[in-house]
Amino acid sequence: MSNVAALEAKNLELWYGNFQALRGISMVIPRNQITSIIGPSGCGKSSLLRCFNRMNDLIMGSKVKGEVLFDGRNIYATGIDPTEIRYRIGMVFQKPNPFPKSIFDNAAFGPRVNGIRGNIEEIVEHALRRAALWDEVKDRLRRGAMELSGGQQQRLCIARALALEPEVILMDEPCSALDPVATIKIEDLMKSLAEDYTIVIVTHNMQQAARVSDMAAFFMMDTDRAGILVEYGTTTEIFTNPKDKRTEDYITGRFG
Amino acid sequence: MKNDLAFKRRLRIRQLQGSSFKVLFLSASLIGIFALAILLVDVLKDGIGWLDWQFITSYPSRKPQEAGILSALFGTLWVMVLTALFSFPVGVGAAIYLEEYAPDNRLRRFIQTNINNLAGVPSIVYGLLGLTLFVQALAMGRSVLAGALTLTLMSLPVIIIAAQEAIRSVPEAHRFGAHALGASRWQVVRHIVLPSALPGVLTGTILAMSRAIGEAAPMIAISALVYLTFIPISPLDRFTVLPIQIFNWVSRPQEEFWHLAAAGIIVLLIVLLSMNAVAILLRNRYQKRTEE
Repeated sequence: MSNVAALEAKNLELWYGNFQALRGISMVIPRNQITSIIGPSGCGKSSLLRCFNRMNDLIMGSKVKGEVLFDGRNIYATGIDPTEIRYRIGMVFQKPNPFPKSIFDNAAFGPRVNGIRGNIEEIVEHALRRAALWDEVKDRLRRGAMELSGGQQQRLCIARALALEPEVILMDEPCSALDPVATIKIEDLMKSLAEDYTIVIVTHNMQQAARVSDMAAFFMMDTDRAGILVEYGTTTEIFTNPKDKRTEDYITGRFG
Repeated sequence: MKNDLAFKRRLRIRQLQGSSFKVLFLSASLIGIFALAILLVDVLKDGIGWLDWQFITSYPSRKPQEAGILSALFGTLWVMVLTALFSFPVGVGAAIYLEEYAPDNRLRRFIQTNINNLAGVPSIVYGLLGLTLFVQALAMGRSVLAGALTLTLMSLPVIIIAAQEAIRSVPEAHRFGAHALGASRWQVVRHIVLPSALPGVLTGTILAMSRAIGEAAPMIAISALVYLTFIPISPLDRFTVLPIQIFNWVSRPQEEFWHLAAAGIIVLLIVLLSMNAVAILLRNRYQKRTEE
């Protein structure tokens, strides 16, 4: 593939205290594509995702070695404020986590805290439309976000991230708390968003990875070693013609 | 169907057990209310006849018929307002630091342990501390300010601990969500943590304030005044407070003064309850706002 890199990990290592969560990860996340990160629980998928927007900084005792290049710059270089990284790289979490505020205030949160000038109402409407939520909430923007269904809440969280027009959106198992109908909606949404954004999604769901992603990375842990990138390639390759025996075992369900 | 006699007999016993424990727990919860009701009836019976405009607007006097509670009432209001002004921001600030900023190191644990211990220090000790520190060392004299600062020191641990609890109960997912949108640590505190924690913080503050204005012991150490025939108009004026006045009247031999004490207690309770009412109103307003 001749895509430009949106993000590039170079020999990335991550520790939580004495526990090493990622080992020598090098991979290129192509722009305007959906890259899925798959693998069993505890293999380091979410940890890797949190390295991409420096969310691991918030976890006490975490330590990163190696580089993550974003726009040609190492986001772990000294002098880089993680706030700027998170402003440009959005994140959607496993459990929908709207703030206990109105729908409008949720979508407007990012632009407001980052001091974005311009018509907040337009930004909010655009983000909600982009997240395929506008028609469901346009008459109750001032109502509490907690009143929404789980699927709507998750789309609100996506809208909240979109309101900042990020370059990359990181999604940490965004459908694992949702029912199948809501899941399909989010998946369709991801596909349409990939036209404008780079998406990295961590998922437990093999079918989901196969359905939505262009690229797939398979992570694994050995008995005492977590955070190994076993194989990385196009989703078609990984799912139809894996090079590594462990990948094949995992995707065919013979693993563990 | 199984005809299990042993089960049925046992079931009967279990049902009996269930209902008797219910009665037991009900009576446990009624004891407090019952005692409070007796107290209220007793105080009202003794004091309501003496509670009139003259009582509210008069200074203390040797003659029970002319005695009133004006200076003590104003002293209490003064001390209460100042204490709230000092202890709320400092207490919430300390709680925010400990929960949101402080790294989990030895210093933090040292501070935390000390705060927990301070919450258990008897109030008279605070009175003596205030006497030494504010009245004497800082030369504030036996002033409203010295009294309010003493009560501030006394209320702080309680407010800090309550505010910490409230801050801790804000879901981590909300903090992460805000950080992920590029919010700075202060913005996360200001826009996410504080609005959610405020109802709990206010509850803790109400409790601490209520305890503070009912305190006689530390105020006797600071104020040492009973016959005060003026209203404090600046924080550096001398003062007395309701509990001191009540304590003084109770310790008189003449029965009329006991009625005055009862009337004073009614005034103190009214001040307390209206303060709580304001705080509850505030709390409900914020609760609604954050739920919206």
